[in-house]
Amino acid sequence: MQKAHDLKEYREELRESLDNDFLRTTLDNFAVAYKAGRENAFKDMDVRSLIQDIADSKDAAAANHDALYAEFKKNAEAAGIHVHYAKDGDEANAIIAQIGKDAGCKMVVKSKSMTAEETLLNHDLEDEGFEVIETDLGEWIIQLRHEGPSHMVMPAIHLSRHQVKDLFTDVTGKQQESEIEKLVKVARRELRQKYVDADMGITGANFAIAETGGIGLVTNEGNARLVSTLPRVHVALMGIDKLLPTLHDALRILKVLPRNATGQQITSYVTWITGANECLAEGLEDNKKEIHYVVLDNGRSELVKDPLFSQVNRCVRCGACANVCPVYRLVGGHKMGHIYIGAIGLILTYFFHGKDKAKNLVQNCINCEACKDICAGGIDLPRLIKEIHARILAEDGSPIPQKLLGSVLKNRKLFHTLLRAAKWGQKPVAEGDGFIRHLPMIFSKEHSFRALPTVAEVPFRDWWQENRPYVDKPKHRVALFSGCVQDFVYPEQMQAAVDIFAANDVDMTYPMEQSCCGLPVQMMGEMKVSKDVAIQNLRAFEVEAYDYIITLCASCAAHLKHNYPKLVMDKPALKLKADEFASKIIDYSSFVNDVLKVKKSDYRSVDTKATYHAPCHLCRGLDVHDAPRELIEKGGMEYVECTEEEVCCGFGGTFSMKFPELSAELLNKKLNNVEETGADVLLTDCPGCVMQLRGGLKRRGSKVQVRHVAEIMSDNKK
Amino acid sequence: MPAKEALLEKFVEKAELVSAQVTTIKSEDDALKYVIDLCDKKEACQLLASGCEADLSDKAEALCDAKQTKVLAAPALGKELYKKLAAQGKKAGFDVIDSGMRSHLAGIDIGFTFAEYGIADTGTLMVDCPSEELRLATMVSEFHVCILPMSKIRANTYAVEKMMLTRMKKTPNYMAYITGPSRTADIERVLTLGVHGPLELHILLLED
Repeated sequence: MQKAHDLKEYREELRESLDNDFLRTTLDNFAVAYKAGRENAFKDMDVRSLIQDIADSKDAAAANHDALYAEFKKNAEAAGIHVHYAKDGDEANAIIAQIGKDAGCKMVVKSKSMTAEETLLNHDLEDEGFEVIETDLGEWIIQLRHEGPSHMVMPAIHLSRHQVKDLFTDVTGKQQESEIEKLVKVARRELRQKYVDADMGITGANFAIAETGGIGLVTNEGNARLVSTLPRVHVALMGIDKLLPTLHDALRILKVLPRNATGQQITSYVTWITGANECLAEGLEDNKKEIHYVVLDNGRSELVKDPLFSQVNRCVRCGACANVCPVYRLVGGHKMGHIYIGAIGLILTYFFHGKDKAKNLVQNCINCEACKDICAGGIDLPRLIKEIHARILAEDGSPIPQKLLGSVLKNRKLFHTLLRAAKWGQKPVAEGDGFIRHLPMIFSKEHSFRALPTVAEVPFRDWWQENRPYVDKPKHRVALFSGCVQDFVYPEQMQAAVDIFAANDVDMTYPMEQSCCGLPVQMMGEMKVSKDVAIQNLRAFEVEAYDYIITLCASCAAHLKHNYPKLVMDKPALKLKADEFASKIIDYSSFVNDVLKVKKSDYRSVDTKATYHAPCHLCRGLDVHDAPRELIEKGGMEYVECTEEEVCCGFGGTFSMKFPELSAELLNKKLNNVEETGADVLLTDCPGCVMQLRGGLKRRGSKVQVRHVAEIMSDNKK
Repeated sequence: MPAKEALLEKFVEKAELVSAQVTTIKSEDDALKYVIDLCDKKEACQLLASGCEADLSDKAEALCDAKQTKVLAAPALGKELYKKLAAQGKKAGFDVIDSGMRSHLAGIDIGFTFAEYGIADTGTLMVDCPSEELRLATMVSEFHVCILPMSKIRANTYAVEKMMLTRMKKTPNYMAYITGPSRTADIERVLTLGVHGPLELHILLLED
């Protein structure tokens, strides 16, 4: 639940989570176990095409939801089921309360339903005088504690066995032990009595199948089966996003949902209910159960009309976006959502629970794309989160420092002049080793977890004009995109790349009008500035003149490739150019390894162990995995694998400025893993990561050197 | 390996992975013997680690007291087979029932059923149970014993889709995929078997 009024209060809440050792350990263990479990569950399956098929079928269902609802209703009613449409949560709750009153029900047992959490159904039913009992173990626990879920699939993951023991001791009035198996059995027995007493059962639905008018429920504990069997009235509450044309569509989702949620190939139970079933409870004349489907809109039908946000409808509520989120792993679900949790939670919070609940949350995305990479519906979650942030800013206005940065970035000359001026400004605090001695006044002490680099004496663009190599008989013609960090902070990385390219007959151009790629402002939700900068850069490049456009910054590369065409979508002429521009973007390692195909024999072997950090925007953003690791070996070093090599380093551009505590913790984990490898050198493909990793290792006093892959290739060239 | 044997092998492997206990039997009589033996060896429901030995609230404890002898429910068995089971059960001192499940909601010892199909991909049983008695036997039994004729094993869910649709269209219908015993990982992500459903699932693969 979100209670913070502003970012400051939200950060204080995050701090509480960071100090919760139990939560941190649990979520760390979970993150590691989940990854292995999921991989195993999907072994030998073509996951990507399966996800694409789900996305397509869900998109078609969204576009056709009115007709699907009509078909579903007709078939369900023909089978004796009452179907109700609720336009919002209050209406859904009122309908359900009325069903209960009309049927003379007093006690409700429920199986887990995120949709009922969304409408806050329990509160409304209790206000109407019903006794409501959750029967899913985790839901029961949090209900008794008056909390919301901290994970969509494992709602009580934030609690320890000892806390559950204390709770169950209170509930039973008898002292309980902390043994998990025993606690589960206590719940089994205590709740069995509730099923017997209840006269109304409420479930959700994972699938609403139009061709049969039936529903499907995916569960492990078996409680949904009892809830839908024992009480004489059954109500199933579901969003219109659950509507599917055919059973086949449901079976397809079923292939991914449990595997993505918990790494199970299938859950213990999948229950298919079609029509008013036999029910032998007392007081029913014809032994037919009274069944009601309450189909909830709550903004969904508007959402599916939006060209960008309609993909939200693809969500199957597997919770995987939380499972892989490095920020969720640090702070837990109560701080990473309002009711819905994880990346999709940040988005749904905005649409279902409003701007105020979402405004802090949406800033807490580090844009590492881990969620997008595993989403069962292939939803571009990081992009939607940024878009919502932009919408909120458009409504509320940007904070002043952010506005200033935006106006500076729009003006390349001013931006570059300021960067050059920084070289003089930093003199008093610059140390000889490329770091500044203490942080400038604008940083608070939370930022001191890493040292910051000084601005270079000579930016790359100036060096280029003096040192541009001449290549006779070029094999490839390329343009270089440096990005701000390599232009002004680490020009030596660009110079190292130029060295290797020239040696391999690559003719290079460096368009001088290029500026910041715009990702930092887009990360802050400043979409207008992001567009302006994209247009400037597109105009700076003569796209058709090059075979490739190379950048050594993974974040720039992913942004140029994936976001530029989207940013100029409304300008047809530029869109064509952006498409061609995007198609030519390539990262350093892929170019050198896969295009130039450099050979091991061209590099000296050095007695150095190197490990690797995979930048988020390289491994997920560009799907590049092998090229840099192969280059390390070709470049004469011994590659040692690092644990969680593809997990974010915590930089996230402006994220680390906004949430330094989180950035520090992510970096801490990363560096522990790096130091464990015993490597002498840590290599990576992104200057942002270099800045973060180098600054953190400097603070630790570590001997591990951080280099861009380009630098060691140049160093070891024969 | 012939396709049928490969399917069978996969089914067994996947079912055992999720803690189902799989046994091959030659005849339905073997199945009866299996069930009677299992019921005999099993501790009576109220003594089993299903919570009765734990300290419960008075109301929940009263539900445990309601049951005296071991109960074996087989609501959807063929007439002849049920007769045999009832006779053998009586001899062994068990209550054998084919209806009246609602008087046994505290739990029965064994629910004995047939599956329509097996799904090799995930080691899943497809059990069609529109009758409430049958449904409850698969839910409130501590051990669920289910016969699956080997000839009914299919590769995956798509291969049973048509059969499911046929059944679903004869409404009302209540159908289940059952894969292993009831489970939870809701406390500290520790896998625990037997929450609201059976503590054990026994699959009897019938050679046919």
